[in-house]
This record gives sequence, C-alpha cells and structure tokens, in this order.
Amino acid sequence: MSDIVIQARDLTKRYGKATAVDHISFTVSRGEIFGLLGPNGAGKTTTILMLLGLSDVSAGTVRVLDHDPVRQPLQVKRRVGYLPDTVGFYDNLTAFENLTYTARLIGMAPSERDSRISASLGRVGLADVANKQVGTYSRGMRQRLGLAEILMKDAAIAILDEPTSGLDPQATAELLDMIRGLKHDGVAVLLSSHLLDRVQSVCDRVALFQSGRIVLMGSVPDLARQVLGGGYHVDVEADGQGLANILAAVPGVRAVEQIGPGRLRLLSEGDVRPQAAAAVVNAGGQLRRLSVEEPSLDAIYSRYFQGQQVSHAA
Amino acid sequence: MQFTLDTSKASRCRMPHEGFSWRGLSMGASQWFKGSTAESEGGESTGGRREGSPWHGLGAVFIKELSDNLSSVRMLVLEILMVLFGAVVVYLAVEQLRQGTAEDQFLFLRLFAPPGDSLLTFVTVISILVPLTAIGLGFDAINGEHNRRTLSRILAQPIYRDALLLGKFLAALATISINLVILWLMIIGFGLIRLGIPPSSEELARSLVFLLLTVAYAGVWLALAMVFSIVFRATATAALIALGLWLFFALLWPALSAPLAEVIAPPDLRYSMLGLQTPDTLIMQTTLSRLSPGTLYSQAITAILNPDVRSLGPLFLDQIQGWVRGAPLPLGQSIILAWPQTVALIAGTILLYVIGYIIFQRQEVRA
Repeated sequence: MSDIVIQARDLTKRYGKATAVDHISFTVSRGEIFGLLGPNGAGKTTTILMLLGLSDVSAGTVRVLDHDPVRQPLQVKRRVGYLPDTVGFYDNLTAFENLTYTARLIGMAPSERDSRISASLGRVGLADVANKQVGTYSRGMRQRLGLAEILMKDAAIAILDEPTSGLDPQATAELLDMIRGLKHDGVAVLLSSHLLDRVQSVCDRVALFQSGRIVLMGSVPDLARQVLGGGYHVDVEADGQGLANILAAVPGVRAVEQIGPGRLRLLSEGDVRPQAAAAVVNAGGQLRRLSVEEPSLDAIYSRYFQGQQVSHAA
Repeated sequence: MQFTLDTSKASRCRMPHEGFSWRGLSMGASQWFKGSTAESEGGESTGGRREGSPWHGLGAVFIKELSDNLSSVRMLVLEILMVLFGAVVVYLAVEQLRQGTAEDQFLFLRLFAPPGDSLLTFVTVISILVPLTAIGLGFDAINGEHNRRTLSRILAQPIYRDALLLGKFLAALATISINLVILWLMIIGFGLIRLGIPPSSEELARSLVFLLLTVAYAGVWLALAMVFSIVFRATATAALIALGLWLFFALLWPALSAPLAEVIAPPDLRYSMLGLQTPDTLIMQTTLSRLSPGTLYSQAITAILNPDVRSLGPLFLDQIQGWVRGAPLPLGQSIILAWPQTVALIAGTILLYVIGYIIFQRQEVRA
C-alpha cells in the first residue's frame, strides 16, 4: 500500500487568460504535515479547491486517495476533511446540531452519530459549550469546531485553509497543537498560510507559492541549506583565547561573527551546539551561554526573492 | 460531449461546458461567476461522468431547510399575514353570501372567489401573498450560504450540488404547501360553521386543484428567487430584483400588453371602424399577457373556481354554437380549460430551476 495520499502532477487552473495555478506538482504522504505557503492570491486556495473537486482542473492530474476528485468527488470528499478559510457555521444552531447536519450529509449511521460528535467536540475542548448556539462562538472556537468536524468524519486527509489567520497567539498555539494531534493519528495534513513563521513549526515539508507556481519545496532545514547556505545561528557566549578560530574549525560551521565582547555567532548548516560546546571546553574556554536560532521561513523567503530581484536586475 | 436537458444526465456530469457553451447565459452574471471562461485543455478529466448518486444527502438538506423555514421569524411573519388577510376576506365573503339566497350550487367555492368584482377576495390575497412568501423563502437560498461562509464547508461534504439546490427548493415548496393546506382547512372549517352546509365533493375537488395550482404558481417565484440568489452575491439585491420583477408582472405588464400588442400586430382599420377589436391584435395581447405567471395563475384558478367559465381567451362566434346557458362545466372540462396555463406554470418552474441549476453548477465556491 502506498503511503502517498495526494499526488498532483502539472496541476493547472486557468481563468480565461489568467493562470491561477501553473503546472504545480507535489505529493503528500500519510502522517505528514505539508504546508502550502505564500502570499494571498498565489494560488493556494485554488489548489485546495481542485484537490477537493470543488473547482475544475484546467490541465494536469490529481489523485487523492487513489481517486480522481473530478470524476469521483463523493469518494474523495467522504475521506477528506476541509476547513475553509474563515469557516462558517449556522449561527442559529448549536455546535452539536451543526455537526449533526454534517453527519447526516455524510450519511453516518444514526447509531454512532451522537457518540462520534461528542467525542470530537471533547477532543477540541468544546464539550462544555456543545449546546450553545454557534453565533456566540469566538473565531478560535469556530476554527476548533471546524477541526471537530474533520475529526468526526474520521478523515484520512485534513485540508486546512489559513487555519490560524485572525487568531490570537494562544488560540493559534492551541490550534497548532491540535494539528499535531491529527498527524499523530496518521492523518495527512495539508495546510495553507500566508503567515510563514506561524506554521513553520508544525510543517514537515513546505511548498512556497509565488504567482501560481511552487518556487521552493522541501523541509525547512533543506530549504535553509539551499537558500541561506546554512540557516542555523548558534550564539556562543564564552571567555577564552582564539575561540573564534577554534569554533570556525568545527565541522558544519560556515562562518563566525563577533557580535560583542565574548559573544560569537556561528552560521551553521545544522544544530552544532554539542560540537561547539566541546570545542570551547577543550580549548580551556569558559562557556556561559549557548543558544540556537533555527532558520526561519521568513528569512528563506525574503532571501530567495531578493536573489530573484537581483538576477532580474542584472 | 452531448449535453441534454435531461436532469438525471445533467446532474451526473457537472461540467457541461466542453463542446457546449453557456456563455450567453453567464455573461450577465456578476464577476464572481468565472466558470464559463475555464476552458479545458485536453487532459483526461474532461467530459468524464461523475460517479455516485446526485441525490445523496438530499434528505438531510430537505429536513434541515424545512425545519429552518418553519421556525424562522420570516416565515412566522408571512404566516401571520396570510392568516390575517385570509380570515378577513373569507369573513367578508361569508357575510356577503349570507345576504343572498342559497340558490348557488357552488356556495363553498364562492368563499374563495366571491361573485362580483371586489378586490378583497381570497384569490387576490393569495395571488399577492404566495409570490411574496416564495420570494421570501428563496431569495437568500444560495447567497445566504455564501455569506455565512457555510457553502464551501457543506459542499466539501460528500454531496453533489444537486442535493443542496433541490433540497432547498423542495423544502421551501413543502413549507408553502403546508401553509396553504392549513389555510385551506381553516377556510373549510370556517365555512362549515358560518354557512351551515357541507361542501360537495366537487367543491372539495375544485378547491384542492386550486391548492395544487397555487403550489405550482409558488414554484415559479421560488425558482426565480433562487436564480437571483445564485447570481447575486448580496441577498438584498436578489430580494429587491425578485420583488421588482414581481411588481412589474403584477402591475405593469397587464397594462403594457395592450399597447405592445398594437405595436406588434397593428389593429385593422376595417375592424376599428366597426368598433371591434382586430382578432390578431387581441390574440397577440392575450399571448403577451400570458407571459406573466400572475396572469396564467389567475386564468387557471378562474377556470377551476368558477365552473361557469368556459373560455380564458377571445371567443369566436362559431365556438359559442351549442352553448347551453347557465350550465356549469364538469370538473374534468374545467381542468382541460386550465390545462395550458397549468402546464405553462410548471414548465416555467422547471425552466427557471434548470437555469439556476446550470449557473450554480458552474459557479466558483470560493469566497
């Protein structure tokens, strides 16, 4: 059995002469969190709608769980959960009633309906307010209710469009935790966002979109190596003679920068804290602080497009 | 790819646009209607038949919408209006009937359509309130889901758009039918108490046919309101345009059809000299006025509720030959008389529904 649950090849969407999605190819496997990242209007939502069979495909092929979303949308949608950008529910109904309606649409057996709805509401922490009208819910609660719908569906793939937009930091953190929980259950998660930093922490792999194309794809450390030539910043605070040279010799370290008295910044390809600590101690230095800053997608993204502009200018 | 208006086929292939362009239809729609320009470039996905039943989820949508409709404040207001107006006009009719002698063979039918040319009859009240109710139930069917941002979430469930649209349509029609049946029962009961005689079986049959005709009439306005709810994003726009169109057909069109007919088929001087209407002009005027669903409906119910009515258009001398004066038509003959109008109302409903269906299928769901 193949672990690949979503496979897109040369997927293209045209609106008249405008091309919204331009020959993109990617795969998503079980238990993987795949991020579609990029500015608004880069084609992320259009891609998602094509995966769900909600939008026609102009060219290329998509397979979702070995089904063609264009021809077999019901089979695809039965096993795929979708949390749209700014998800809406019927305000005059309670959370429980909203999910009951969805369960009926899915065709879930009445005998298991109530227990599955209660269980999923419990998992997203909405059990206490399950019988309140959704009209009284905050944005974060609505997003969680959307996740509950996906849990109730027992989906093999969860597609989340901008799940964190408009949420406060705490609600964001909670939601990202729940997304990790989905991954833990073996669900493939495809999420889109224009906020690079927010989602970088949960994504196993990301695809960076730019005007309908995927310009970069891979895990964040891979991209950092490709684009930033490293990407990890290790800050060392230590006293000792010639530490800069000693640290520069540590494998993986690309550059050493003096950022203050007794403070050095290493630019490295990975987390070199153990090696750096050993090098300082072996050289007789006194290590006071050691910290690492992982490469940020923001940095990768802006560096990548800086490079593009320079090459355009040249 | 062949595209036929057979709904069972059309519903299974959601993309009728290869080889058949509905561009003419789509041009008038607003900019969020982008489907028509999406041309497929080969690829295996084009023209394939969709798998799975288009009716999956229909029952769930129907039940949810019906309970929404029946419990909504909007429907409550319309119900109160209906009962209030109905009670007043039926009371007036009863009082009028009690003044006269009980010679009339169809006393109960006079409750619905009292003799004389009073405007305050049950039939006029119904022909105003039913379109209003239908528009009230349909104007936010699809754009309301869009604006609440529930549309994409619902369509991401394993159902086709067919189920959503048809479920909403049938639920609204069922809501109207339930109201009409209750109103009908109230009138029969009131008539029994105040008139003191039971209705004959023919009267019951005629008034039931009247109910069915009213449901068909409601269907036209409901389908029209739903088309607007699909085309226009703002619910207020959809409601206003539907109401505007209704006012146009109810008030302006009957007055416009005569001058328009004279332009299209100018009256013959030979007839005018004799003070007669030219047959061609008269026929054109009748045809034009029948473009209005209101005219069709009022003609059909006139035939059903007044057994004495023998013709709904111009009548020529040779057609009157053998006419037994004062003899009412049997129900079957009245139905035959109203049949063209009935078919036109049902056909109009189906046509408008299909137009809405096609536009909805080709619409982008994204916000």
